[in-house]
Amino acid sequence: MYSEKVMEHFANPRNVGEIENPDGVGVAGNPICGDVMKLLIKVKGDTIIDVKFKTLGCGAAIATSSMVTEMVKGKTIDEALRISNKTVAEALDGLPPIKMHCSVLAEQALHAAVKDYLGRKNKS
Amino acid sequence: MVKRIYLDHAATTPTDPQVVEAMLPYFMKAFGNPSTLYSLGREAKAAMEEARDKVAFSIGARSEEIVFTSGGTEANNFALEGVTFANERKGSHIITTSIEHHAVLETCKFLEKRGFKVTYLPVDEYGLVYPEDVRKAITDKTILISVMHANNEVGTIEPIAEVGKIAREKEIYFHTDAVQTAGAIPINVDELNVDLLSMSSHKLYGPKGIGALYIRKGTRMIPLLHGGEQERKRRAGTENVPGIIGFGKAMEIAQAQMEQKQCQIANLRDKLIKGLFERIDGIRLNGHPLQRLPNNVSVCIEGVEGEAMLLNLDMKGICASSGSACTSGSLEPSHVLLAIGVPSQVAHGSLRFTLGRATKGEDIDYVLDVVVEIVNKLWAMSAV
Ligand code: FES
Repeated sequence: MYSEKVMEHFANPRNVGEIENPDGVGVAGNPICGDVMKLLIKVKGDTIIDVKFKTLGCGAAIATSSMVTEMVKGKTIDEALRISNKTVAEALDGLPPIKMHCSVLAEQALHAAVKDYLGRKNKS
Repeated sequence: MVKRIYLDHAATTPTDPQVVEAMLPYFMKAFGNPSTLYSLGREAKAAMEEARDKVAFSIGARSEEIVFTSGGTEANNFALEGVTFANERKGSHIITTSIEHHAVLETCKFLEKRGFKVTYLPVDEYGLVYPEDVRKAITDKTILISVMHANNEVGTIEPIAEVGKIAREKEIYFHTDAVQTAGAIPINVDELNVDLLSMSSHKLYGPKGIGALYIRKGTRMIPLLHGGEQERKRRAGTENVPGIIGFGKAMEIAQAQMEQKQCQIANLRDKLIKGLFERIDGIRLNGHPLQRLPNNVSVCIEGVEGEAMLLNLDMKGICASSGSACTSGSLEPSHVLLAIGVPSQVAHGSLRFTLGRATKGEDIDYVLDVVVEIVNKLWAMSAV
């Protein structure tokens, strides 16, 4: 039911782990099935130079987490905010319709991390 | 190629080669329609009746009390709809449990739409139905009680004989879904006090697409399928002769091996449960610790998600199943796990292994190593 790309990311997820002193942290939970994703970013200037994730969830949740970290690395904050769950799903050659909500988790966690970063920046 | 270890025998089993061999002549040689007069048809008919004898004998029934169906789902539909529609004038109330297979639950929902009232009895934390609850639920409108013999997800074996006694006392028809137990543990319809009992061939190393409903002589019911006069007018349609022959053969083999296999499989089951508990923290066993199917291992592991586990297991050649919300089309955790009181987030990490005749001790060792490795990998990746 999953594309080869999804399975490949699921089997070898990129950027799993934590960042020491991250500049932004985003957590998103899936109220439907109870999955949780955490995404951490490190920003230099306007660019996301490092990103890591941790996810408790299904195959699609893990694969989209992995994919979204690959997509944002090296991107500017503005570019990152333009990444949506659809673009992540497309980059994975699609998800089964019933699994689209899992990709929302990735979008929400990313956007939350960026907002967290922007919030911290405004305070300092 | 990774070796394959199949531990999903509650879903289906591989067909026994002896069964396939027994079926083969009935495709091209003795292919006659059993309803015909000439020898080709009579030959098929004779073989079919022999298979019926085998199925009947295995559950202590008479041959004429066996109706072949397309499988367990049809048998369950037939039992529930056949009895309720035929006894509508007597009453409109059905008693069942909240952990039945969908083939029973969805049929009950359908009957509710047609005006019947259904009581779904709760179960305890082990998945057991209390016969006293059944007694209390009975009203003067009750026409049918349906309780599964053993649960397919958590493996709990229900006190069918006790429930049957109550049903008999109150003169209410009693059906049991024995899809998980037929061919696996001893069944006797008189000891169980049942009037109707569903079976499925592909769960006992027979072919798919064939099953049977035992109907005690004298049970009032109407057919589900209308047409010809096959199966003593209880199920129209040309019989699936090769399937029936295969089912009969599979049942015969299951009976012959039962004692030995039951014990062998239960030992491996206990080895797997023990190993999982020794090596993984935050694990719970679903279902009854003792009153359980010899082949069922159902657990919940905290902090991991079922689908992710199944996909990882598959990459290592292991076939298993899960009741996690993420593996279900409805994104709801299994109704059985919820009914035994497992919180949704714990049901999230549910994993079921169902062992089979060919499962070996070394398979269990391999599975244990792989599961521990996967759980650790997923824990390391987990956000909570
Ligand atoms: S996150 Fe639960 S279904 Fe994907």
